Amino acid sequence: MHELSIAASIVDLAQEEAEKLGVRITGIHVTLGALCGVVREALEGSYEMVVAGTVLEGSRLIIQEQPVIVYCPKCREPRPLPSIQRFVCPECDSPAGEVIDGKELQVTALEVDS
Amino acid sequence: MRSEPRIVEVRQNVFRQNDGIARELRTRFRDAGVFVVSMVSSPGSGKTMLLEKTLTAMHGDWRVAALVGDLATENDARRLARSGAPVRQIVTGTVCHLEAAMVRDSLAEWKLEELDFLFIENVGNLVCPASYDLGEDLRLVLMSVTEGEDKPQKYPTIFHGADIAVITKADLAQAVEFDRAAARDAVQAVAPGLPVLELSAKTGAGMREFLELVVSRRKARGKKETAQ
Repeated sequence: MHELSIAASIVDLAQEEAEKLGVRITGIHVTLGALCGVVREALEGSYEMVVAGTVLEGSRLIIQEQPVIVYCPKCREPRPLPSIQRFVCPECDSPAGEVIDGKELQVTALEVDS
Repeated sequence: MRSEPRIVEVRQNVFRQNDGIARELRTRFRDAGVFVVSMVSSPGSGKTMLLEKTLTAMHGDWRVAALVGDLATENDARRLARSGAPVRQIVTGTVCHLEAAMVRDSLAEWKLEELDFLFIENVGNLVCPASYDLGEDLRLVLMSVTEGEDKPQKYPTIFHGADIAVITKADLAQAVEFDRAAARDAVQAVAPGLPVLELSAKTGAGMREFLELVVSRRKARGKKETAQ
C-alpha cells in the first residue's frame, strides 16, 4: 500500500506549480496508466486523507485511466490491451510487443481559482 | 451559478524524483563497472535463500555485495553475512518497498569501483516495488512452487516489468503438484518472451544455469557499452 505517499507526491507537485502561478487549486487531473502499479480506489481514498485539514481540503482528484497500448509486431499497429493479464494483440492474438503507453502516472492539469 | 473552472496544463510525472535518482544511480553503476541485480517477490518466496547461495557461490570469483530491504529486522543481513560478502540492511520501517534514494543513501560509503556485482533484495511485496526504478541492470521476479501457478495473473505489473522470472523451491514441486507448464504459460501471458528459470537454492538444482545467466548479462552490458 504505497498510494498514501503517492497521493502526497501528487499534492506536493501540484502545490509547487500553484505557488509558481499564484493560484489556488480546486482540482487535480491525473492520468493513471494501467501498468503504473497504483490502484485507483486506494489513490482516491489516500487523496482525501492527505488533503484533509490543508488548503486543498474539498478539492477534487480527477483520474483519467490510460489503458496499456502495445505495439503488435504482426499487425504492425499500436493496439490497446483489454486486460493486463493477457499481453496479446486483441486483433490477431499474437504475443504483444513493446508497451507504448500505460506505464505513466502523471499530473496533467490543475483546476484553479485565479 | 458556478463559473467554469480555469484549467492550467501541467504534465509532470509523479515518480519524477525517484526516476531522476534511479537514472543517476544507473550512470554511477556503469561508470564504476558494477552490475546491479535486484530481486522482488512476495514474502517467503526464497529471496534471501537464493541470495545467500548466490553470494557464497560467486564470492571468490567475483567481487560481490548485497543490500537487503526489510521492514523491521536485520535477520536477513545476519544470515547473508555468513557468505563472507559485504552486506548491508536497509530497514524500511513502514515503507513497503525500496526507493532509489534509499539505495543511494545506503551506498554512500561504499567504493562501487571495488565491486563486480551488487545484489539488491527488495522488501517482500509484489505490488509496490513495481512503481520504483532502483537503477538496477537486471530485475528478477521470484515465485515459489508453493505459491500456485497463477501468481503472474494476480500481479501482472511486477512480472511485466521484470527481466527474468525465477521459479524457486523446485525441490518441493512434486509435493505440491506444481504445474510447470501452467506456470510458464502464466508468465508468458503477462510478459511475452520473459526468460523463466527453475531452481532450488536448497539442493542446488538449476543454480549453475542461474549464475551463468546473471554473469552473461553482465558481459552483454559490457559489450553494449563498447559498441556505443
